[in-house]
Order: sequence, then structure tokens, then C-alpha cells
Amino acid sequence: MVEPLLRVEKLVRRFGGIIATDHVSLDVAQGELHAIIGPNGAGKTTLISQLIGQLMPHSGTIHLAGRDITRVPPHRRSALGLARSFQITSLLPDFTAADNVALAAQAHDGHSFHFWGNARKVPHLRKAAQDALERVGLGHRADVVVSRLSHGEQRELELAVALATRPRIMLLDEPMAGLGVTESARMVKLLQELRREVSIVLVEHDMPAVFALADRISVLVYGRVIASGTPSEIRGNDEVKRAYLGDQHAVTRHG
Amino acid sequence: MKTPFNVRNVVAAMVVAGLLLLPLYTSLSGNVFALTLFTRIVIFALAASSLNLIMGYGGMMSFGHAAYLGIGGYAVGILAAEGIGSGFIQWPVALATSALFALVIGALSLRTRGVYFIMITLAFAQMAYYVASGLARYGGDDGLTIYKRSDFAGLINLSNRVQFYYLCVFCLLGGLYLIWRVVNSRFGMVVQGLRSNEARMQAIGFPATRYRLVCFVIAGTVCGLAGALLANNTDFISPAVMYWTRSGDLMVMVILGGMGTMFGPVIGAIVYLVLEEFLSQVTEYWALIMGPLLLLIVLFGRGGIVGLLERGRHG
Repeated sequence: MVEPLLRVEKLVRRFGGIIATDHVSLDVAQGELHAIIGPNGAGKTTLISQLIGQLMPHSGTIHLAGRDITRVPPHRRSALGLARSFQITSLLPDFTAADNVALAAQAHDGHSFHFWGNARKVPHLRKAAQDALERVGLGHRADVVVSRLSHGEQRELELAVALATRPRIMLLDEPMAGLGVTESARMVKLLQELRREVSIVLVEHDMPAVFALADRISVLVYGRVIASGTPSEIRGNDEVKRAYLGDQHAVTRHG
Repeated sequence: MKTPFNVRNVVAAMVVAGLLLLPLYTSLSGNVFALTLFTRIVIFALAASSLNLIMGYGGMMSFGHAAYLGIGGYAVGILAAEGIGSGFIQWPVALATSALFALVIGALSLRTRGVYFIMITLAFAQMAYYVASGLARYGGDDGLTIYKRSDFAGLINLSNRVQFYYLCVFCLLGGLYLIWRVVNSRFGMVVQGLRSNEARMQAIGFPATRYRLVCFVIAGTVCGLAGALLANNTDFISPAVMYWTRSGDLMVMVILGGMGTMFGPVIGAIVYLVLEEFLSQVTEYWALIMGPLLLLIVLFGRGGIVGLLERGRHG
């Protein structure tokens, strides 16, 4: 059997008496789009934070392409090909869109102890930035300061930043959060294109989007994976229906 | 904003021209005092600019920056007292000692953030202050008189007022050029990115502390140069140079002029020291006037004086 790109085994993380991540195991194959769904407070963001290295698990392991990265700090994981987008947009607000992406490219272009040359005039960094911006449809907004971009544009920029690190796998924490209907549709289309090149772990509340995009879905409830399978398997799973899908569908319909 | 004639550049050009032409004015008017005052201002402008690199661009609120003024100054003073008068030895030692001090302080204090960082840098500077006070051989509390200014083998005579002034201006402009290059370099982008959003920078692959540390060392070294100039200017060095109120003065200059702008600290140093000079002639309670004035500028001009000038133009 082929080694999965990302393998999570028996991950446990507690906050005081609460078990936020309860022996979570999941595999993400090369080229797969693996969605993680679950009600609010199921521990999705806690799980992502451990995958990216901002939070240390109490036990369990994380392997990236066969390499144990459980204790590897975030910036090293990025170098190994793990990229993330944040649930709450997290960019450099006083930099332009192009600067944000160029910095991501710069992070993977050797060390940055270059003190003299103008960083904004390094051709290959600018080109990498422009390419990534074009990919997400922000090419024309390159010189706009991030704080002046719309929310939807900032979400797209998050993706461009992740792309510019040339990742093997992207962890996307609710890329659709706060987007309007048209913006959401654009984001789904964008993710459909991106998934051809890079494996994706997608945490998302937007159920139609998840079922349209995912190869496999893991359902997280109270920190545990209660089911994992293809969208049709998940749709037919009684436990999932009881625990989650029923009321979530109601929420999406009305919201 | 992209034209070369924006407010910032015009103000910067005027300040540079004014500084370069000042000796002409003093020799024509015979007002030697202005030259003395501005020599001091230029030295403090260099120190404030170095603080601006870490505080304005790097987001590191160091409350102990005056320590480097003292370290640079004591390097010159102690070597002079030991009979080593050559500036070619004194000044590199001043820079190296400041860099080393910054490296140690930075490595320890950059583990903390926010208020803790302010307090730790303050504590280290106060430690340096007490160590200097304890140096009985070099004057202790009373300080150390420097009987002969640094000797540069006839290249330049530091005892000549005008030559010394121009040396200070040269160091200031050189320091600003260095900071300008650093800020716009790849390194500078990383440091500014870390100020803006550290979690994001780590997620895209930058280890925060080592970049901050190098920035901290560069700033300390440049301030050490200001310290060497200051000791030569006053022919004297004492622990008072490192006292925490001095660090506060430097912070005020940076904030007053405009944090994170290239010429802000220079303008801040000019305004602060000129005000101090004239208000203290008018009344011994000058701080009572200075305080509210600073408060007003900080309250209504969040970008300092440079910010006010820019806003004034854009209406």
C-alpha cells in the first residue's frame, strides 16, 4: 500500500478537563481532498492547529510523507510542504497583496539574511507573487494594501499566500467563512482547480461545498472521528445523520 | 504618492540641507551655540533612528536603548583612560561591545513579548547603569572625563567643532542609509512582517526569533556608534547616559517624529531637544509645558510629526 501523504495517529489534546482532540486518526492520500466537518466546538480548529504545529498534542503522532513531524516547529513544517490558511483571515494588513505573497515565496527561497538589495525588486519573487495572485483571480489587485481588500478578496489572498509556499498539502480552515453566495461559488470553483495540483485538508461548514469537493470526509464530534468515508458513505451514515447532518442542514437552509 | 515630491521626501531634503548648511550659518552669524546644540541633536537623532529600526519597523518596544549610548561611550572613555587614544581602535571596540551586549540582551529578552519585553530591556539597561556606577577605577557615579578626543591619525580632527559636527552628520546620514537599505531588503521585509503578524509569518515558514535578534543587534550597534560620538562631544561619560529616563527620551523622540518613518526620529530629536533647550531657559518647570505638548502630538497625530505633515497636505 502507498504511504499516505499525511498520517495522523491517535492524536490527543486536552484543555484542562476537556478532551478537544480524542484519539483522532486520519490519512490523507496524495492528491486527495479530505474534508473535516463537525458541529461548532467539535475541535476542528484545534486539530488543524496541531497539524500546523501551533499547538502541541499530548499524545499521538503526525507523519508527513513518512516523516514524523509531531514535534517539528511551524516554520519547519512549512519548509516541508505544509501550508495553511487561517479561519479568521490572518494576513499582513499593512502590506500590499503582492508583498504578502512575495514574502511567502521568499520564505521558501533560502534564508532571508540579505540586508542590502531591495526585496521588492527581486524578479523571481515578484513573478511568483504575481503568478499566485493570478491563480486566485487577484492579479489586478496586486498593489492594493490588504486592509483595503474586501473580505472575499482577503480569503482568496490567503489561498495565494499558501500557494506561493509551493506546498504538497494545504490545510484550509473554513475558506468560505463569511463569504457571500457569489464569492462562495467562486471559491468552490477555485478549490476545484487547485485540488488537481495539491492535496487539501478542508475544514468547512458549507455542506453543499464540502459534498461537491471532497474525495473523503471525516466527521468530528466532541473531538472524536465518528465516521470517515466518501461523501455518499457519509450521507448514508446513520450516526452522522443523528449527530450532525440533520440540524446542520436546517442551519444551512435558513442561514 | 509615488512622485519624488511627496511630503516625506521634501521634509527629508529640507532637514538634510539644513543640517549640512548649519556651520555656514554659525560662522556667518557667530552663533557658536547653535552648532553645539545641533551636534548633540545629530548624535541623538542617530540613536533615535537606530531605536526606530527595532521599535518602528520591528515592533520591538525596547525601553533600554540608552544602554548602548553608555556602552559605546564607555568603550571610548575606558580605552582613552588606559592610554589607547586611536579612534581606529576605540570605535570598532565601541561597536563590537554594543553588538555583543545587544546579542546577549536580545537572546534573553526576545523570548518575551509586549510588556514583558519592555520590562526586561529596561531591567538590563538599569543593570548596565549600576555596573557603570560601580566602576570605581573609571569614576563610578561621578563619571569619567575624557582628556583627549579619539585620534584618527590626522585624517580628521575631532577637536575642531566644524569637523566634528560634519563627522556626526556623516554618521547620521550613513546610519539612515544603512537603515533604509536594511528596511527594504529581504531581511527588512521579514522583520516588518513579524511586526505585522507573527503567526502568519511562522505559518509561511519564517523562524521569528533569529530575524528579530539580528535586527536588535544592528540597532544596538548603530546606537553604540552614537555613544562613541556622544562621549567625544561631551569629553565625558557617566552612568547617567544609560539611566532609564534617557531611554525614555529616545522613545519619545521616535514617537514624536513618527515611528516607522525614515526621517521621523531625526525630526523628533530636533523638536524635542530644541524645545528642551528653549523651554528650560524660560522656566525651570519646562517639563510641565513639554509634557502636555508631547501628549497633544501623540493624541492628535498618530503618525507623529511626519504623520501630521502628511495629513495636513491631504486635508
